[in-house]
Amino acid sequence: HIPARYGGWHTVTLIPGDGIGPELMSHVKEVFRHADAPIDFEEFTLSGERESVEGEGVEDAIVAIKRNGTALKGNIHTDVNRFAVCKSDNVRLRVGLDLFANVIHCKSLPGLKTKHSNIDITIIRENTEGEYSSLEHESANGVVESLKIITAERSERIAKYAFDYATRHNRKKVTAIHKANIMKLGDGLFLESCHSMSKLYPKIEFNDMIVDNCCMQLVSNPNQFDVMVMPNLYGNIISNIGAGLVGGPGIVPGQNIGEEFAVFETATRNTGKTIAGKNVANPTATLLAGCLLLRHLGLNQHAELISAAVMKTVTQNKVHTADLGGSAATSDVVEGVIQEIQAIKQ
Amino acid sequence: LIGRRYFSQEPKTVTLIPGDGIGPEISASVQQIFAAAEVPIVWESVDVTPVRGPDGKTRIPPEAIDSMGRTKLGLKGPLATPVGKGHMSLNLALRKEFNLYANVRPCKSIDGYKTPYDNVDLVTIRENTEGEYSGIEHVIVEGVVQSIKLITEPASRRVAEFAFEFAKANNRQTVTAVHKANIMRMSDGLFLQCCREEAEKHRDIRFREMYLDTVCLNMVQDPTQFDVLVMPNLYGDILSDLCAGLVGGLGVTPSGNIGADGVAIFESVHGTAPDIAGLDKANPTALLLSAVMMLRHMGLNELANRIESAALTVIKEGQVLTGDLGGKANCSDFTKAICDQLA
Ligand SMILES: Nc1ncnc2c1ncn2[C@@H]1O[C@H](COP(=O)(O)OP(=O)(O)OP(=O)(O)O)[C@@H](O)[C@H]1O
Ligand SMILES: Nc1ncnc2c1ncn2[C@@H]1O[C@H](COP(=O)(O)OP(=O)(O)OP(=O)(O)O)[C@@H](O)[C@H]1O
Ligand SMILES: [Mg+2]
Ligand SMILES: [Mg+2]
Repeated sequence: HIPARYGGWHTVTLIPGDGIGPELMSHVKEVFRHADAPIDFEEFTLSGERESVEGEGVEDAIVAIKRNGTALKGNIHTDVNRFAVCKSDNVRLRVGLDLFANVIHCKSLPGLKTKHSNIDITIIRENTEGEYSSLEHESANGVVESLKIITAERSERIAKYAFDYATRHNRKKVTAIHKANIMKLGDGLFLESCHSMSKLYPKIEFNDMIVDNCCMQLVSNPNQFDVMVMPNLYGNIISNIGAGLVGGPGIVPGQNIGEEFAVFETATRNTGKTIAGKNVANPTATLLAGCLLLRHLGLNQHAELISAAVMKTVTQNKVHTADLGGSAATSDVVEGVIQEIQAIKQ
Repeated sequence: LIGRRYFSQEPKTVTLIPGDGIGPEISASVQQIFAAAEVPIVWESVDVTPVRGPDGKTRIPPEAIDSMGRTKLGLKGPLATPVGKGHMSLNLALRKEFNLYANVRPCKSIDGYKTPYDNVDLVTIRENTEGEYSGIEHVIVEGVVQSIKLITEPASRRVAEFAFEFAKANNRQTVTAVHKANIMRMSDGLFLQCCREEAEKHRDIRFREMYLDTVCLNMVQDPTQFDVLVMPNLYGDILSDLCAGLVGGLGVTPSGNIGADGVAIFESVHGTAPDIAGLDKANPTALLLSAVMMLRHMGLNELANRIESAALTVIKEGQVLTGDLGGKANCSDFTKAICDQLA
């Protein structure tokens, strides 16, 4: 029996974002309602489609999230053709809230056919610096410099997070991913920080791997990986590979964690522009991101209820959207989930 | 890059850098197979063991550079990167010396060598001279490092142009530019802009642009949707290895480095495999397929096709395979089987 309310209601900022974000968020609200999750969403519209100044609205969104502590978020579109604009709203938000760790768990789901099986990898990505520093300038006509910043402080912080995560979740091994053979100082510092941190966690095995080899290993022998930790850009690459290996962008949720605040998104942070408004997107990743949010708030029973219903719908009842090779609509999946929630509640 | 008929008239001299570890064995294998196919090539073997110059710095022996300068064509086995600080890798030195600005890596599924991915047939083209490999890094203050990624218009344009020309010469349909201009708006933006401009000049080839992350995502789910991909240095480094992984790894994937003024070096990109060196256990496929790429570069397409299909037939039949492909044969058996195919 799940109590309808306990411990009071939580207010959570909801940023629907662009593309499939808004429709998926409306499904999350519906599912939360059926699960009696004690959440009040405070909606905040932030879209990359706007015709206005850069970063507009982001500061207000940051204030809202700081007030509430948590957010559930869709991806905000970044228009690559507006080169004058310097920072993506998504990056501004993550940096503004100091959400230093992006964590995604890529685990093979039973009943989902993929190229590899039994994958269980957690990818921990530094989320605030590196290649995403947005420090670029044209030093001469046709010559652009882009700065990648790696600091000891942030490298140590993410390394510590990774080892703490591994300890908390009973994981055996942490692998640091880098390109220190080329970027000897920058990635060298990152690697060195991971290495020193590993000394404080003697029970956890530590190794490192060069990023290109790592990508090759991921598609040929992914079962060798456990927890992986890496700088920002490699994280972008590896989390997309990881999500691709276990079923794609529609399946895997993700979280951005800071000392004080947390924002939940899908693992691959796509807008899905091309499939927006067609009732075909897979809502699983977004619903599971909602579950991560509930867990973060200590609402474990509600999280369990929803995630059990989602798993049953996707892996047993096999209500599959097009990305999983099925023909179900988004709303079919959502209805399936709601039915399962009702079945479990009884 | 583009076929030149007259190459087939008279024997052409090619510089051969056998390399270290298993390098000499697999180079000998390629020479043997080329002889069996009566390829009109004269090999000029050179040693690239570094020599110490008058300034005390180590460098490639001048004879090797001279040979490459004359022949403009090289085939290279794996080189052991000497350990020790401040030592420029030989690969890098060759790249610099001959301004090898594009690295080309075809990845094609091999019948008889099963991986979870079938029907892969794509080519990654990587800008090879700048980007994240500029080597410019500073410690700004203790604990803060700044690494500079350098993107220039001439280098971006040159590799983009090469990608379209390559696609045309090799009957490919689509060029996809891989970038991250949503984050690195100016640098990747410049690269993307150059690709778009070259696309305008090559309207017969379809052009797509995609984010690096989306390419990675789609690549592991369905690599058959990709054809030719062009990208800055680091992304190329990562994606070329990822794609090699799809079809069975570096032991079976060839590579070519294309430079200014028609200079090109083709190489196997696997390591020196010191554990099996000298034991006649190495698989020569990657170097052989690199040599086949070289033949296509020379316009000797028919010979290229013959040798490639002989090698692929042997692998497909599965009777004579080296250990890494799951067989028990040694390198010479495998080589002989290919030569027999050619006879
Ligand atoms: N929830 C989802 N369900 C099904 N497919 C999805 C989902 N989310 C993303 N995709 C698919 O993943 C691929 C990549 O997404 P998308 O097109 O948004 O990425 P993109 O073009 O890189 O742009 P951006 O990163 O700005 O969103 C597309 O094929 C998209 O349809
Ligand atoms: N052409 C090949 N044929 C058969 N096996 C190979 C071949 N190339 C590499 N291997 C195997 O793959 C493994 C990795 O070898 P590789 O030489 O790439 O790395 P390494 O030992 O670190 O050498 P290096 O320092 O030169 O990179 C070895 O066990 C080797 O036997
Ligand atoms: Mg994206
Ligand atoms: Mg590499």
